[in-house]
Amino acid sequence: MTTIATTTTQSLPPLRPEYERELEPFTATAVARALPLRQRLWQNSGLRRAVILLVLAALWETVARLQNNDLLLPSFLATAQAFIEGLTTGELLNKAAISLTILLQGYAAGIALAFVLTTLAVSTTIGRDLLDTLTAMFNPLPAIALLPLALLWFGLGSGSLIFVLIHSVLWPLALNTYAGFRGVPETLRMTGRNYGLRGLRYVLLILVPAALPAIVSGLKIGWAFAWRTLIAAELVFGASSGKGGLGWYIFQNRNELYTDRVFAGLAMVILIGLLVEGLVFRTLEAATVRRWGMQR
Amino acid sequence: MTATVSQPLRVVGAAGQRGPLLKIDDVSLEYRTPERVVRATHRVSFDVHAGDRFVLLGPSGCGKSTLLKAVAGFVPPIEGEIRLDGERVRAPGPDRIVVFQEFDQLPPWKTVKQNVMFPLMQARGLRRAEAADVALHYLDKVGLANFADAYPHTLSGGMKQRVAIARALALRPKVLLMDEPFAALDALTRRRMQEELLALWQDAAFTLLFVTHSIEEALVVGNRILLLSPHPGRVRAELNSHQFDLHSQGSAAFQQTAQRIHRLLFDTPAPDPAADTDIADAADIPPRTARAR
Repeated sequence: MTTIATTTTQSLPPLRPEYERELEPFTATAVARALPLRQRLWQNSGLRRAVILLVLAALWETVARLQNNDLLLPSFLATAQAFIEGLTTGELLNKAAISLTILLQGYAAGIALAFVLTTLAVSTTIGRDLLDTLTAMFNPLPAIALLPLALLWFGLGSGSLIFVLIHSVLWPLALNTYAGFRGVPETLRMTGRNYGLRGLRYVLLILVPAALPAIVSGLKIGWAFAWRTLIAAELVFGASSGKGGLGWYIFQNRNELYTDRVFAGLAMVILIGLLVEGLVFRTLEAATVRRWGMQR
Repeated sequence: MTATVSQPLRVVGAAGQRGPLLKIDDVSLEYRTPERVVRATHRVSFDVHAGDRFVLLGPSGCGKSTLLKAVAGFVPPIEGEIRLDGERVRAPGPDRIVVFQEFDQLPPWKTVKQNVMFPLMQARGLRRAEAADVALHYLDKVGLANFADAYPHTLSGGMKQRVAIARALALRPKVLLMDEPFAALDALTRRRMQEELLALWQDAAFTLLFVTHSIEEALVVGNRILLLSPHPGRVRAELNSHQFDLHSQGSAAFQQTAQRIHRLLFDTPAPDPAADTDIADAADIPPRTARAR
């Protein structure tokens, strides 16, 4: 082994003896131990969020007390009181239900249309051009700007609201979904085609799950856009057929200078947003993209 | 086939009398880069018989992977034709399942078991319970029965390739296509996977078309080797290697054949017989060109 020519002037490392060790089972200390309670609590994202909300509420209360003008900025406690009052009389829940019904109709229709458009876009060249052109044209157009037209076409009712809702959901969702489809790894596509999948089955069984992170983020953006559009539409044009939703509730109470109720209405919008984000989207992500290791 | 096989391999079914299972006839392939059209292979012909472990061997740029994708139906030939069981290959299909080199070939939204069941249900029309039985059987064969409910992202590279192999075998394709399936694995895992693949072949006697750029792997895995020259890929030779297995790697005959292949591919003797016979490392070859998708 060590027949290296000794004529070299370079000094060689010394020859060291080999050794072996018998290892006893490891008992010196526990191999794994629990984290301290404080660190475990801090790892709970719900708790962290609750702390953030509490701090914000405390900040609001302080600013409102310093301001001391209920008409401009009611305090957090006053708002909470108006909110609870709205809940107990059922008015707030009623308005929220009206808004949500229309919102969900528009949202669902927007999702369905986005799916049709993106499926066309991945399967044909003309479909892709159609999607590109339409999103470039309509995505920058504020939904509220279409409302006068919609009222002209569909009349003063939920029809025109649903129309603008579809407009606000469709384009961002279609853009995100299509970007997700294009990002599906080539190997995965080939695997799907290798199974003999094509057309709608290929899109549903391979592309949609593979692009789900992008689709979920599109759904979130669409949901937020839909809320903004709905509340804005109700604020601007008031009640449709006498049955207003949350936007109308906010508008009406502002007219009557019940600022605490205006805040309660806004809080309801925020609360529904938090609930949907925390329950629906978080559960969806936990059950899918996170479980599959596609998103951390 | 004009080449005489010194030892007849075992004949699977009646295919031995029927002639070749897969016939590649004067196939030329091209792929497109944004600037130009590149010819990947030029008039390549070879026959694969049932039960063969047929290896396509050559340096980068010889079009071996493109050739495999053409057999799979992903790349249409610009001339010549590919026939499987007498039928012309036109599109991808579940009778030619590919095991890719990339680890992302397993849909991440399905567990290991679901990954094997999915094509069984979609392509073979099996019911859920039947598919689950078949899936577990083949997962057991590749030693992954305990990981049936794990998601792919929790597995190591070797385990993912095992799932891909189990999935391919479960579908019972007419020919199993493997595109450098072990190239991304570490050397120890790679060797074990070669061993397991040979054991599976002993067990199930499938027909295998295997692409590699390692002379050693070709000799170990294959019973017949097609040597391709690069730019564009043309047939240089077709050799037998059924006499070699994992245990004959050090033998004189093995080394001799390895050197012969080296000479055939590069027209120069191998620099050092003991050196790694990986083509990519052993010779001066042009950088890898963009692969056809």
